[in-house]
Amino acid sequence: MTSTFLQALEAPSHPARTATEPGWLTTLRANAAARFHEIGLPTTRNEDWKFTSVAAIGQGTFAVPAETLPSAGVVAALPAYRFGVSGWCELVFINGRYVPELSDVPASQGLTVHSLRDAIQESPSVLETRLGKVTDFDMQAFTALNTACMSDGAVVHVAPGAVPQFPVHLLYLTDMEQGPVATHPRTLIVAGESSDITVIESYGSVSGSIHFTNAVTEVLVGDNARVEHIKIQRESERAFHVGTIEAVQGADSRFRSFSFAIGGVLARTNIYSIMNAPGSDCTMNGLYLLHGTQHIDHQTRIEHAQPNCTSREIYKGVLDGSSHGVFNGKVFVRPEAQKTDGKQTNKNLLLSDGAKVDTKPQLEIFADDVKCTHGATVGRLDEIGLFYLQSRGIGSAVARRLLTYGFAAEVLAEVTQEPIRQQLERLVFEMLETSVR
Amino acid sequence: MLEIRGLRANVGEKEILRGIDLTVNAGEVHAVMGPNGSGKSTLAQVLAGHPGYQVTGGSAVYEGQDLLGMEPEARARAGVFLAFQYPVEIAGVTNGYFLRSAYNEIRKANGGEELDPLDFADLMDEKLKLVEWDHGVLTRFVNSGFSGGEKKRNEILQMAVLEPKLAILDETDSGLDIDALRIVAEGVNRLRRPDNATILVTHYQRLLNYIVPDYVHVLSQGRIIKSGGKDLALELEARGYEWLGGEAA
Repeated sequence: MTSTFLQALEAPSHPARTATEPGWLTTLRANAAARFHEIGLPTTRNEDWKFTSVAAIGQGTFAVPAETLPSAGVVAALPAYRFGVSGWCELVFINGRYVPELSDVPASQGLTVHSLRDAIQESPSVLETRLGKVTDFDMQAFTALNTACMSDGAVVHVAPGAVPQFPVHLLYLTDMEQGPVATHPRTLIVAGESSDITVIESYGSVSGSIHFTNAVTEVLVGDNARVEHIKIQRESERAFHVGTIEAVQGADSRFRSFSFAIGGVLARTNIYSIMNAPGSDCTMNGLYLLHGTQHIDHQTRIEHAQPNCTSREIYKGVLDGSSHGVFNGKVFVRPEAQKTDGKQTNKNLLLSDGAKVDTKPQLEIFADDVKCTHGATVGRLDEIGLFYLQSRGIGSAVARRLLTYGFAAEVLAEVTQEPIRQQLERLVFEMLETSVR
Repeated sequence: MLEIRGLRANVGEKEILRGIDLTVNAGEVHAVMGPNGSGKSTLAQVLAGHPGYQVTGGSAVYEGQDLLGMEPEARARAGVFLAFQYPVEIAGVTNGYFLRSAYNEIRKANGGEELDPLDFADLMDEKLKLVEWDHGVLTRFVNSGFSGGEKKRNEILQMAVLEPKLAILDETDSGLDIDALRIVAEGVNRLRRPDNATILVTHYQRLLNYIVPDYVHVLSQGRIIKSGGKDLALELEARGYEWLGGEAA
C-alpha cells in the first residue's frame, strides 16, 4: 500500500527528481525513501496512531501535480486567506509549487525568505546543515515520505538580533481541477540568536474534491529568540491532511505555537518541541472544530530536556455531527530538567450525540523537583449559561451559538497578532452560523 | 402588571414554593424577604423561567399574558428581567457583544431597529455612567474573572441597557461592600419609573436603606406569611424572623 507514493517518486517527471540538486539532498531523499519503504504507513496498532486510521490515504491514488498556471479560481480564493493588512510577507504555493507572481516578499533587515526550490539553487550550504536535522524520519513515515518527495516549500531565515516588522505568511493551496494530487510542502524556519519572528502557515483547497497534503515544518529557535508559529488548516472536507511541525529550542528561547484546524475529512497534526537548553518557554495552543464526518487528530509533544523551562498548553475542541476528535498531548520531563513548570489542558465541547472525542494527556516525569499539571474535559453546553443568555432576550439557537463561540474564542485570545485572531474568530463564527442551531 | 396566584414549584421531588400569592402594580417596589431556604430565590428564578424548577400549580399573569408558559427569552422580550444572585461567567464572549446582542434581540422582538456598534457605543456612554464604569468593562469577557461586586454591578448595567418593565433582583446586595452597594442601589433608584416595577429579593434589611420599598413580604417555607409596609423590614431587622412564628425558624 505504500508503493503508490514511491512509484510516483520514481517517475522521471517527478519534480523532486528533475531539480538539479546537491548530492547531499539526493542522498537524504534516498535514505528517506528507503526508510518509508521499510516502515510503511502507520496502522492503528501503532500507539501514536491508535485512534486515527490512515488506511484511506494508503488506498488513495494521488498524482504528482502537473505544473500549470494559477487558475482564476485560485486567484479569486486568495483574499479569503489573507488577513486584511498590507505589507506582510506572503508566499503563495499552488499545488505545492511556489508562485512568485501571486506572492509578495518585502525587504526587512535580517530577514531572508525564499522558496525551498530557490534556496536549494541559491544557498544550498545554508540548507545542508539544517534541512532534515530537526525532524527525525526514522519512526515517522509521513516525515520520511515528505523528505523523499519534497519539491518546494519555504525557507525563512532570521539573522541574529533581527526583529522583522511583519509576519511571514506561507499559503499552501491545492487547486484540484486536475484531479486528486498529493503535495509535500516543506518549511524550514531558522531564527538566529535574539531574533523574533511570526510565521503563519495556511492550508486550503480551492475546490471541494479529494487531495492529500503531507507537510513538514522544521523550526530552529536560537538562544534568546522568539518564534510564533500559527497553523491554519482549512482544507476541503474531502481532503486528507498530515502535517508535522518540529522545533528545537536554544537557551532562554520562546516558541509559541497555535494550531487551528477546521478542514479535511481526515487530518492529523503533530507538533513537537524540545527544549534543549535551560530557561526556555514552550507554549502550544490549539482549536479544532469538527462537524459532519470529519476526523481531526492532534498530537503534541513537549520535551523538557534541561532545567528551568516552562511549558503551557491549552487545546480546545468543538465537535458536532458524527465527527471524531483526537488529542494526545505528551509532556516529557527528563531527569536533568529540574525546576520544570508545565501545565497542559484539553477541553472538548460535544454538540451532538454522535460526536466523540478521544483525549489522552500524558505526563512522563523523570525529574523530582518539578511542578506539572494536566487535565482533560469533555462536556456539553452549560444549561445555566444558556438560561442566562435567554433571560436577556437572546433566543435559544443564538444562545447556543454564542456559548459555543465563547468556548472556542477563549483560546483564540492566545493568538497575539490581532489580524490573525480576527480571521480565526470570523472563521469560527461563520462555521457556527451554519452548524449550530 | 403581575398577578401571582397559588404558585407552586418543585426542584426534583422537593416542593419549594407552596402557594404564593403576590400582586405587583406599575410604579411599585416590593421587597421579598425571608430566611435561607424560604423559597425567595426560587420565586425569582421561576418567574424568569429557570429550567431547574418545575411549576406544579398556580399561575402568574404578566401584562395579561401567561408568564409561566413563555420561554425565558420571550419573558425577557416582554420586559421581565432577573438580576441573578450568581451571574454566569461566559469566557470568550465580550460584555459589549453580549449587551448589544441582548439589546438588539429585544428591540427586534418589539418591532424596533437594531443598533449598529457605533450607536450602541453612544448608548453605553450614558448607561455606564449609571454604574460608574468606563468602556473598558465592555471588552472584558462576560463576568469572567469579575469580583463578586463587579458581577452584581454588571447585572445592574444590563438592567440599565435593557430597561425592563419588571425587574427582579435576586440577592443583589449579598456580598457587596458598602461602596458597591451604594452604586448598585443608586443605579436601581435611577431606573425607577412610574411605569415599571421592581421585586427585591433579599435576606437583609440593609439594601432597603438605599432602595425604599412600598411593600415588604416575608416568605417562609414556600409561603408568604406576612406582608406590610417598609416598617416591616425594620421590625424584621430588630427582631429576626423568629418572632413571626416557629414556621419561620
